[in-house]
Amino acid sequence: MSIIERSAAQIARDVNARTASAREVTDAVLAHVAAIDGEVGSYLTVLNDRAREVAADVDARVAAGESLPLAGVPLAVKDNMCLRGTRTTAGSKILEHWQAPYTATAVQRLLDSGCVPIGKANMDEFAMGSSCENSALGVTKNPYDLTRVPGGSSGGSAASVAAFEAAIGMGSDTGGSIREPAAFCNLVGFKPTYGRVSRYGLIAFASSLDQIGPLTRTVQDAALAYDAMGGYDPMDSTSIDRPFEPTASALRTDLRGVKVGIVREFAAGALGEAIDAVYKKAYADLEALGAELVEVGLPTAEYGLATYYLIAPAECSSNLARFDGVRYGLRVDAPDVHDMYEKTRAAGFGPEVKRRILIGTYALSSGYYDAYYVRAQKARTLIARDFNLAFEKCDLIAAPAASSPAFQFNSKSDPYSMYLMDYYTIPMSLAGLPALSVPCGWVTPPGGDRPMPMGLQLTAPIFAEKALLSAAHAYEQATKHASKHRPAIDGVAGHV
Amino acid sequence: MHSLKINGSSPTLSTEKIDVRYVAKLARLALTDDEVERFGAQLGDLLEHVDALAKLDVSHVAATAQVVESRNVEREDVVRPSLDRETVLDGAPKRQGVFFRVPRIIAE
Repeated sequence: MSIIERSAAQIARDVNARTASAREVTDAVLAHVAAIDGEVGSYLTVLNDRAREVAADVDARVAAGESLPLAGVPLAVKDNMCLRGTRTTAGSKILEHWQAPYTATAVQRLLDSGCVPIGKANMDEFAMGSSCENSALGVTKNPYDLTRVPGGSSGGSAASVAAFEAAIGMGSDTGGSIREPAAFCNLVGFKPTYGRVSRYGLIAFASSLDQIGPLTRTVQDAALAYDAMGGYDPMDSTSIDRPFEPTASALRTDLRGVKVGIVREFAAGALGEAIDAVYKKAYADLEALGAELVEVGLPTAEYGLATYYLIAPAECSSNLARFDGVRYGLRVDAPDVHDMYEKTRAAGFGPEVKRRILIGTYALSSGYYDAYYVRAQKARTLIARDFNLAFEKCDLIAAPAASSPAFQFNSKSDPYSMYLMDYYTIPMSLAGLPALSVPCGWVTPPGGDRPMPMGLQLTAPIFAEKALLSAAHAYEQATKHASKHRPAIDGVAGHV
Repeated sequence: MHSLKINGSSPTLSTEKIDVRYVAKLARLALTDDEVERFGAQLGDLLEHVDALAKLDVSHVAATAQVVESRNVEREDVVRPSLDRETVLDGAPKRQGVFFRVPRIIAE
């Protein structure tokens, strides 16, 4: 297997054993990025010099006797995470030229563990979107079919890992922004419990929902990345101060004794015959591995989307107030300060961000606050309660990760049709639960000529990351869906 | 089949049309006439979907304040190293000395 296609675990083993150097891995990945990224578009910024410097440092640390859990592993950093001295745009014109003055905790922890930052990955503007099409700064294509979207909002991170331009992609997930692109790009995408990974240095979208997590080609790599980036951070007051349980060393290969809940309200028939068959098979495979399937109810889950599209915009309208042309980013000059604010924000934000700021401002405005925002926060309580009741009957919940495989560009022109992509991931986010997507099969979409990957979403109670990753590992090892097809990048001009 | 489409006859939380210009003013966002029209229609459409929440009985439910138990975080009031002032000011669109420079705020 070519060096760039190896898993993070394998690369770290090779570099620690000095059978490969971090510099060698980095050079190979940078050459590959130079060859294909003009076509795929994973990165907004490629960090050629920085990557080589960090790789040399990793090699020096290994030569000095250190053993690093992620030695030499190429890393894609979503462009809403700060990396000191690099452009950090959040996919927005308003931050197009902004240089981060510090490094996010989660990024720093991966660097400390030996990762090499290859670049800053494209994303939907301020993480608002499910296809990466809302990026104001670039187009990212799905490596499995270049006529289709990679998903979003962490679409650049997903595409980079799927196309072997990185082994770990950092994503952030507010309503499905790690899990949906993972499903679209044949990856594992893991959103830990809210508060498990520090958000210090993550540009905020909806603070009660945002959570950082990894996108990888294997469950073991996701576990290694999570173990490196997770745990308490005094710089984030929502970071949880309780003992952190490492996961990578404890992954199982069977599901005996595990009760898996199948959601009554997500029952077969919703997504069309071909997709339903994939999930039916996935649930049967879980059972074949020893899991006991039990039916559980999430009666309020159907209100998830409505709840989310009040809470997330409300929080975003508040968080994005800081982009006013004063302290960072774009300014459009005007003689009066209010004019300057309004013109700067008009020029700096794209349409989806404006829509969400407007809906959030409306939901929080005098006279509507109780009817919309408070009501949504009460609905959120009911949704979380449903999960608690379900977890009295099961250890994990299995569900689809997205409503369809990756779709074609410009096929979701109505904003609400895009929001529906996250129907299955939003309820878990509202409840703060750890959830992941793992490859579970392939479907050739109507009109498509290539099979596209699908993702199985597994969800666990809060802090049950170990059980979650462990079950996903068992399922992945038994089914090996991810390796059934290669990305469509082999014929891309310049590919070596 | 889960109900992706919300029944049009469901009770609504608000039947008023959004005054997009007023909301944009609150949000300090200049909009073109075209945007006012387009966003107005799109936001109206979204609110129709959101109105489904009126069907949920939330009369005896507490609003979520946090999803994972947390507590106030305090620290000793002592000076600690922070971001370098020059680096931060250099990221601003306009600065003057150690200040962020902004257009006139108080009328003559």
